[in-house]
Amino acid sequence: MPMFEILDKKELAPHIKWLRVHAPLVARAAKAGQFIILRLHEKGERIPLTLFKWSKDEGYIEIVFQEVGKTTYELGTYEIGDKIMDIVGPLGRPTEIENFGNVVVVSGGVGAPIGYAVARGLKEAGNHLTVIAGFRSKDFVILEDEFSEIADELLITTDDGSYVRKGFTTDVLKEYIEAGNKVDFVFTVGPVIMMKFIADITKKYRIKTVASLNPIMIDGTGMCGACRVRVGGEIKFACVDGPDFDAHQVDFDELIMRLKQYQNEEEVAMKRYLKKGGC
Amino acid sequence: MAKKIKKKRIAVPEQDPYARIHNFNEVSLGYTWELAIEEASRCLQCPYPSPCMKGCPVDVNIPGFIKKILEKDIKGALEIIHATNSLPGITGRVCPQEQQCEMNCIMGKVGDKINIGKLGRFVADEARKQGIYPSTPSVEKKGKKVAVVGSGPAGLTAAADLVKMGYDVTMYEALHEPGGVLIYGIPEFRLPKNIVRYEVKFLKMLGVNVITNVVIGKTFSLYELLNEYDAVFLGTGAGTPKLLNLPGVNLNGIYSANEFLTRINLMKAYKFPEYDTPIRKGKKLAVIGGGNVAIDAARCALRIGYEEVYIIYRRTREYMTAREEEIIHAEEEGVKFMFLVSPVEFLGDENGNVKVIRLIMNELGEPDSSGRRRPIPIPGTEFGLEVDAVVFAIGQKPNKVLYQEVPELKTTEQGTIVVDEKYRTTLKGVFAGGDAVRGEATVVLAMGDGKKAAKAIDEYLSNGYPWPDKIEPAKF
Ligand SMILES: Cc1cc2nc3c(=O)[nH]c(=O)nc-3n(C[C@H](O)[C@H](O)[C@H](O)COP(=O)(O)OP(=O)(O)OC[C@H]3O[C@@H](n4cnc5c(N)ncnc54)[C@H](O)[C@@H]3O)c2cc1C
Ligand code: SF4
Ligand code: FES
Repeated sequence: MPMFEILDKKELAPHIKWLRVHAPLVARAAKAGQFIILRLHEKGERIPLTLFKWSKDEGYIEIVFQEVGKTTYELGTYEIGDKIMDIVGPLGRPTEIENFGNVVVVSGGVGAPIGYAVARGLKEAGNHLTVIAGFRSKDFVILEDEFSEIADELLITTDDGSYVRKGFTTDVLKEYIEAGNKVDFVFTVGPVIMMKFIADITKKYRIKTVASLNPIMIDGTGMCGACRVRVGGEIKFACVDGPDFDAHQVDFDELIMRLKQYQNEEEVAMKRYLKKGGC
Repeated sequence: MAKKIKKKRIAVPEQDPYARIHNFNEVSLGYTWELAIEEASRCLQCPYPSPCMKGCPVDVNIPGFIKKILEKDIKGALEIIHATNSLPGITGRVCPQEQQCEMNCIMGKVGDKINIGKLGRFVADEARKQGIYPSTPSVEKKGKKVAVVGSGPAGLTAAADLVKMGYDVTMYEALHEPGGVLIYGIPEFRLPKNIVRYEVKFLKMLGVNVITNVVIGKTFSLYELLNEYDAVFLGTGAGTPKLLNLPGVNLNGIYSANEFLTRINLMKAYKFPEYDTPIRKGKKLAVIGGGNVAIDAARCALRIGYEEVYIIYRRTREYMTAREEEIIHAEEEGVKFMFLVSPVEFLGDENGNVKVIRLIMNELGEPDSSGRRRPIPIPGTEFGLEVDAVVFAIGQKPNKVLYQEVPELKTTEQGTIVVDEKYRTTLKGVFAGGDAVRGEATVVLAMGDGKKAAKAIDEYLSNGYPWPDKIEPAKF
């Protein structure tokens, strides 16, 4: 089978897509928390996407992504049988999975697939697993079945209250802790601003917390420094030193600022793509 | 009476500086047949081993190939070079010949030294134009497998030599395209990428299996390679950029040279939005550093539209490590040099974009360990320079992805891999060379390492896999 051929595809929610891709070399080495970098075609950019699931035996990987910029929109137009030009991985350090006791995985939006991969690992390691998954509204809820299969407790929340309950993941976590639940470890992934507030809460309660960061990347091997983040005052390269870091040490404000680096260019690229009848 | 030999070097045609800063085409246009023959005829054909050869890290028979140019025998000339140098189109462009072969050239005593680099380049270019490859005698297969990690000049050379000896060679590269710094770092206007591709194609023709998109240490571990191959060569380079942890260093618009150059060269950001990868545009850009990398970054900046480009160097011009030819090119193109200054801080606007770089003046003190006089900041001399972007080109160190999880592989304090004079590492069966063991060096030194390591690998595999108990670190 040709490398990086798309084997299956689904739309999980508006503009959130799931792909299964033939990538045996990545699948055989993949661990929870790791990511790939892909390039769609000769003129494409390199973007990181975190691994959702994989099968070593069948040689495939699964990714979930939200269409936000030109490359992800274009990827969304790829159909079963189409090929992605380049995929490299698995990259980054795997999440450190241990039996911590009672763990809470907090995911926001399309952080859910990463949250799922790590949650599954934590469950397999014997932890009592609580998942707090936040979504914008009912339409954007994804992976509910997957989470409920592995979680001892699944707490879904929506920003607008259109499904299960209204509130942010921060509200749910705070209530959960204040209700007297013992929490030994928190893993958080999602919008940077959410991770920042989650870290603020757990810092107050002195709960060890790891955040999975998503800076801009190019090579993913420590060669360019595009992915640099400030952790405990030091400069770290998220692609090789991370993507997971002690959430209480991360400079989230700087990360938010750095993620906006190419906002104008992204708009230009997107407009041009739409004009060309891209999707 | 012998005919009179021209003392003056035959000039190499170049693109006009005003024109070339608006394009990425090659600056030096190279010799034509006519000019090449004129230059070649200046060579005295010194007896073997000629002084120039002694300065060549890969032992090219220089008078030999120059003679073939005079005979208009391009295939002959190419084969002479290829006997010891499998990347002539590349070395002819990026070698610091003035410090190597040309430094020793006897003609220097009576006039200008022979332009060996440009003659070598002429042979490679003419051969490529005519579709000529060196003939490859078929060799007996040895039935043994060698893995080469990294496809920079060290890896390319080791792979070529090993496959010519009859080994099965597989080369793994982390990026989507082979070539290492040749493809992602050195800009198109100095080394067109189709030349690198051509040389890689020849390697594939020789039978090397080139696999991109594989990071050793991630996709496969080094241990897995050792299980599958009889020997492993690490040519993983010195790819991790150094940055100064100064206030504001993570502001938007502050790049490492690697990021800046990779966006432009590998990802073709200069063609954005036709290509998807963006790069920050603006009017003023400052490059911090004084080597080849700094010059390349500055000249790229002009070509993507920056109007004022500064090179900020903490010492004086004579201490710059960049090649003289490239410093002159940069000056011609209007790059502004600021000597004896160092950055102390970066200031940004409310959106986190860099706006000002604060600099301090230096004076030169006593020589440091490198023999160069140490810059000492002069208190109270700080000043600001307005910028839209900054590029750090202050050096790189080896990339640790590979050996993060291989404790047996000993590295130095600088992070380079420890090897002995036979390029053996502290892990049996694993050899290393190029920037990975030298720190930042040059293309041709990396090639020389690749060659010698290939020889050492052959010796190891032919003699029943001996390995010393203790590795005596070689000095580079
Ligand atoms: C901008 C710039 C300009 C330069 N200009 C000149 C010049 O004019 N003349 C000159 O002689 N020298 C120049 N140099 C220096 C020269 O390029 C290097 O010394 C030379 O390329 C080193 O070769 P190498 O094969 O050791 O490593 P590299 O060329 O660095 O190649 C290493 C390769 O290994 C790959 N790799 C690393 N880790 C792994 C892994 N774990 N798995 C798989 N692959 C991996 C990397 O992706 C890379 O492709 C320049 C360097 C730069 C950055
Ligand atoms: S030293 Fe100079 S003159 Fe003598 S062979 Fe070499 S290039 Fe020719
Ligand atoms: S993405 Fe280039 S160093 Fe991390």
